[in-house]
This record gives sequence, structure tokens and C-alpha cells, in this order.
Amino acid sequence: MAAVMPAPAQSRLLMSGNEAVSRAVWESGVKVAAAYPGTPATEMLEVISTYPDLYAEWAVNEKTSLEIAFGAAMAGSRAFCAMKHVGLNVASDALMTLTLTGVAGGLVIAVADDVGLSSSQNEQDSRFWGRFAHVPILEPADSQEAYEQTKLAFELSERFQTVVILRMTTRICHVKGLVTVGERVPHVAAGFKKEPARWVMVPGAAQKRIPLMFQREADLRAEAEVTALNFVDAGSDRRVGFVTSGPAYMHIKEAYPEAPVLKLGLSYPAPFEKIRAFAATVEQCVVVEEVEPLLETEIKAQGIKVIGKEILPRQGELAPHVLKPAIGRLLGEEVVEPEKKPARAVAPLPVFPRPPTMCVACPHLGVYYTLAQLRNITISGDIGCYTLGFGHPWNALDACISMGASMGMALGLDKGRGESDKDKKIVAVIGDSTFMHMGMQGLLDIVYNKGNVTVLLLDNRAVGMTGGQDNPGTGRDIHGDPAPRVDFAAIVKALGVKEERVHVVNPYELPTLFKTVREETKIPEPSVIITNQPCVLVDHYHGLKPYTVIDDKCTGCGNCLDTGCPAIHVTRRDSVVKPSGKTVDLAWVRIESSVCTGCGLCVQPCAPDAIVHADKVIQIKALQRH
Amino acid sequence: MSDITNILVVGVGGQGVMTATEILAEAAIALGHDVKKTEVAGMAQRGGVVSSHLRFGPKVLSPQIAPGTADVLLAFEAAEGMRWRHMMRPDALALINTGNLAPPVVELGLFEYPADPIGEMRTSGARVYSFDASAIANELGNIRLGNTVMLGAIADHLPFSAEVLENCVLQRFSRKGEQVIEMNRKAFAAGRAAAAEAAKTQGTAEPATA
Repeated sequence: MAAVMPAPAQSRLLMSGNEAVSRAVWESGVKVAAAYPGTPATEMLEVISTYPDLYAEWAVNEKTSLEIAFGAAMAGSRAFCAMKHVGLNVASDALMTLTLTGVAGGLVIAVADDVGLSSSQNEQDSRFWGRFAHVPILEPADSQEAYEQTKLAFELSERFQTVVILRMTTRICHVKGLVTVGERVPHVAAGFKKEPARWVMVPGAAQKRIPLMFQREADLRAEAEVTALNFVDAGSDRRVGFVTSGPAYMHIKEAYPEAPVLKLGLSYPAPFEKIRAFAATVEQCVVVEEVEPLLETEIKAQGIKVIGKEILPRQGELAPHVLKPAIGRLLGEEVVEPEKKPARAVAPLPVFPRPPTMCVACPHLGVYYTLAQLRNITISGDIGCYTLGFGHPWNALDACISMGASMGMALGLDKGRGESDKDKKIVAVIGDSTFMHMGMQGLLDIVYNKGNVTVLLLDNRAVGMTGGQDNPGTGRDIHGDPAPRVDFAAIVKALGVKEERVHVVNPYELPTLFKTVREETKIPEPSVIITNQPCVLVDHYHGLKPYTVIDDKCTGCGNCLDTGCPAIHVTRRDSVVKPSGKTVDLAWVRIESSVCTGCGLCVQPCAPDAIVHADKVIQIKALQRH
Repeated sequence: MSDITNILVVGVGGQGVMTATEILAEAAIALGHDVKKTEVAGMAQRGGVVSSHLRFGPKVLSPQIAPGTADVLLAFEAAEGMRWRHMMRPDALALINTGNLAPPVVELGLFEYPADPIGEMRTSGARVYSFDASAIANELGNIRLGNTVMLGAIADHLPFSAEVLENCVLQRFSRKGEQVIEMNRKAFAAGRAAAAEAAKTQGTAEPATA
């Protein structure tokens, strides 16, 4: 994306939380911004990369992105990185020690917790990291606050010489609201000053930094008592008051507009005296936080009487319709229990599920079609679009936990075989970007420790699941400009996989793919099969002539449906009893030619050759008319 | 909170639900409203369920529409309208595209597509105006015009004039050339006409409040 002229100051813009943070990063004079894509945080770096006068990059993983930002902050520049919640786990090794050194230029990490799990493998509360690393946490409640708090975060970071965590949630990142924006104020980098006692964390130096870290934490707690980020809405109904942070504040204001609320923008370290004073003004005090009882536990430990997760759920969003029954019961009000809805309220009508699917002509379709045909196989999976291979019709992914884990899990499945999986073939499936993020080390371990694992490296030249961002395998940087492109075959060979055990295969050529996978899984050595066709959503991809089904020729065998391509639709069903007495279900199909891109996958398993190019059929029809 | 208008736009990933909601938001902003818009669509591009919430009024707090409080349900796909029917207020209006998009789990025979989603909604007491927006878009030459057709359909059921929304729609395409603008103008008008026709022929259906 080319740099665009940012909207002028004082504009009132409809911005998502991610866009608001990005604008504030630019206005704060940030010089270096880095991230690895991850829902719901991805758009921050995408948007930042369109602003002028700063360096933005896709890093290979979150730890690297934080190290880059930290390096810039050591040099006195303002620096920023963004990541999804699980990304901070990856980056935490750097975080846990840079909290000792502190920073010179302001350093802010925006971490996006996927509260409600719209697109993640877990729902963790990243505010734990603030406590673990003894660094402050800011929690915006909407786009305007996200914008303001980002700017304040840089000021706090420099004033207290610490990294600051800006804790977002999906309901901040992806909600659009109106934001009044300001101007960019350039920030001059002081330059790196050699100071080994501060920047070189050997034991002797680190020991001396620990008391400073605790002092800083105490200073920040004092700041939390006085900052305008932590404010009280007085309210008029004192039966119940709320201590809250993040988007839950808006939900409370919606559900209980008259209730007193203590809103914590700087939620860690918590201002206990402010909370104590507030709690004394209300009959009952409820702590509302997404998602773990962190504030609540700390407040209770101070001897302040509050209620929290005894009455509120410990997972998911605390939306008004979640809060109301819980608070209603606390107040002794008559609560409409979900099972006793009034006649007018309607229970959800039963509708089939519509899980996310792989795209029409996705290059992963052929891989999972092939894996689904193989027997006696255990498939260790990874994070990306190809995780969808666990679903129908393939059911060809047996495990998935975290970025890059497919390799280590596969080696463990190999070395830890039980009697029942003595002869199982172990396959690991990983995408290009995930392989570079955290997968390479796992493959090195497989090679070094002589594992019997076949690795399928699905190189679709994009970070597909998050929207096709660039990475070191695409040959383009965050701006779309040319960049060095990694050679996967060369990498895996360099990691020690034997030359003859490395294959590059076109995943649309089913017979070759099947043969290669079957043969490599038989050989008790590490092998890597690289598929080499691009994601259909990126502009490297060029569609071919669409196909259609000749209805008279279709026998209803349903083989084409096993590819899982969403362009194939069933037109009618039947079942027949074979001479053997076995009942066989039949499904006749049509192809939605307007979305078919002619990849040809479904043509290959079609026994009666009923699938042909659409233009051929149109020609035949035209001839018949004449 | 009756001074807040709640519009729920639903459909399937790739249909343009989020863009349509964004245009509705722009219209509300043009009239000076405070606006919040939210959706959970992490994997929506993969053909999943998309529901986009738009709330506007003097001051909007929570971005989410609570079940039973949507003033208008705009559904880009019939079964998706049914899926979100419980979000409607008792006197709400549902504007629904009768076009069907069956997901692979239905094609594989694991689940069934409801035989009459619109009928089931009406049986549950919902006021529904339905029309084939997919067919209208295809007749105009491009299925992608479907979301402009849907915006045309909602245009006369908003607390502001249809022209405000139409201007915002056309503004979107202002740089795409006169031909694209004209196509969208026609699609918008066709959507308005389809909803008006539905109101005439289907308007006898009693709302739940009656």
C-alpha cells in the first residue's frame, strides 16, 4: 500500500479501535512499528504502514517484533508493536527482561485479546502479563479512548521509562466509532547511549535493576490514584456500584445508566485507595472485568468488600444482556430466567451451522482431499487456514494448539508411540508463514533427533487466514515493494533434510501429490513435501476457465464433493440398493460457474467425465440452437 | 434507550454485509448522529456467518444490539435471516433476500437447509418483507450489486430519508466511473421498489405486537 495523505487534524472520523490506535501511533511521532499478523490485531500495522514518515514492517513473529521495537526504543525513538493475545506469549521472553532495562524512547505494545474467541485457539487474559512483568496496563473502552490512551501510553512510557501494554479486545479492535483526531508531533530520537549496567542483562546488572522495577511499579500505583484515566461517574442509584475496565464500561453504562461507576483506564497497577473510597459510597460493589478476576482478586486481598466472578461469567463478553440477569439477582429484582422468556421474546430458531470453509479453488483443498484418502495416519496440524482441514468433508487434522507446534507434536507422537499407533504414519501440516514464525526450529529438532515424520509445508505465498499479508516467502514487504524471497526447499535442506526427501509439488495435481505423500510416509526418515500454489485471495493468483457439470453425464457418485470445494452444489439426492444389498447414497451436482476459477481439482476424481469447461457447453448449446 | 436505532445486517462472508453496514453508518453520521458499528467476523471471509451491528442516535454506548432489540433486520440470505430472528424487537421489520446459499455441510448431507425460512419467521410472529435480491442483482448484470439492492430495500424503513442513504451509496462509487454509478443507482432503485412491492403484497402479515 502506498502512503496516503492522512486526514487533517480535528477531523471526526469513523474508525475501528485498530485504526484509532494507528492514527495515534503516527501522531505520537513513532519511528518504528512492527507486528506479525493476528486477528483481531492485524489491521494496526496494515494501517500504520500507510502513514508517512515512519518505518513499518511485518516481522517474522511477535518476539522479533518486540525486539525490533525495543531496539528502536533503546536508540531513543518512539516504537510500537501490535500482536494478538497469544502473540504476547511468544514475545514474553523479551518482555520479561526488557521490563528490567526499561526504555529510553517510548515503547507501547498493543495486545488484542480475543474475548469470545472469534478467531483464536484460546481466550486468555493478557492483563496477566502486566502483573507478571510489572508493567502498566491501559484499557480503552472504545475507539476514541483507544486513540487517546495510545498517545498517553507513550507519555507514560517515557515518564516512567517502561514498556506500556495497551490492552485491547476484539470488541475494541473491530468496533467502529467516531474519533476526533489531532496532528503528528515529531519525536526526536536521542540516539543509543552505551550503558552496559542498564542494557546488558547479565546477573550482576539485572540484580541491581530489580529494585528499580519494583519502585517503578509503586510509582505507577501512585500515578493510578491521581490520573484522569481512572475516574468516577457519580450516578444516582447507590444500590450497586461498579469497578470496571475496557469495553465492559460501555456495557455497564448501557445496562445501568444511573449506577455509580469507577472506570479504570490505567487498570494495572490498580489504585486501591481510590477503589476503597468508591466502594464505601455504594451499598454493593461489583467488579466487572473481561475475563479473569484479576482486579477482583487484588481488591479483595486489600480487604475491600467487592463481588465479581461469584455472579459473573469467567469467559466471553460481559454484554448488557449478560450483566442484567446477574446484577438483577444480586439486587433481588425479579429476573426473567432465560428458560422463562415472556411470550413475545423469541428463542433462536434452529438453523444449520455455517462454519468457515476453505475458499473455492483453495490450494489446500487438494492436500486435504489427499490426506483424507490415506489410512493409518496421524496428522499434526498448525495455525492457519489449513486448520479448517479438521472439518468436513476431510476430517484430516488430528491436533492443533499453537503457532509452529505441528513439528514438535509430530516428533512427540513419533517418539511416544503407544502399541495402538505402532505402525501409524505421522504427518505434520504447516503453512509457509507459520513455518517461518515458529516451525523451523521444530523441523530442525525432527532432523537432529532422527524423527519419522513427513512434513507438508503448504506454501501459498501469503498469511492467508488474516487476509493475505506479505511475509519473507512472498517476495514483497509490508508496502508491497520487492523484498528478498525465501527458498523453502533450500531452507529445509539446510536444516538437514536429505535432498531426495524434499519434494516440491503442485497441489492441484492430485495423482502426483497422492503418490508423493504415500511414498514419503512409508520411508522412516524426515521428509518435506512443499506445495507451491498461491492463495486464491492474493493477486498472485490468476483464475482459469470455469467448469460446469453436464447433468446427463453426472452419475451422482459424489466424488467431487469430497474435495470440499464450496462451488459445488447438490441438485438432487437419491439412494440405490446395489446387487450386494448395500445401500449407496447418490448426490447429483452442479458447479456455480460464476465463482469457479477452473482449478480442475474436482475434474480429477469425476469418474464419468461429467465436469467440463463451461464455455464448451455454451458453444455446444449454441450449435444445437442453430 | 428508545432514542437509539438498532440495525442488524446479516449474511454470509463475501456478500458485502460489512460494507453495506458501513454505508448505513456513513448516512447516520451525515445526519449528525453518534454511531457505533461492530461485527465479529474473524473468519467471515471463509464463507462463515456474518452479523454486523449498527447503532446510532444522540449518544451510543455499548456497540452491541441485545437480543430482542433490533429495529430492523436486513438479511442478505434467507436462512441467515432466520438465524438472527430472535434479535428482533416484537414490532421490528425484517427485510430478507430470498436467495439461498447452502454451505458445504448442507451439500454433504450433514444438515438440511430449512424448506421455508421466511415462512418459519412469519410463524414465529415476525413481520417480514421478502424479495429475491440475488435475482434482481443478476438481472442488472452482476451479483455484486446485491448489497446495493439490499440498501435500496432498507432505504424507506429508516428514521431518515432514502436520498441520504442513496447519496452515501453513490459516493462510495464516485471514483469508479459513471457506468458503475449508474448501475448502483439502478440497483438501489430496484431494491426500493422490491421492498415497496413486498410491503404491498406481504404487508398483511400481522406483527407480533398487534
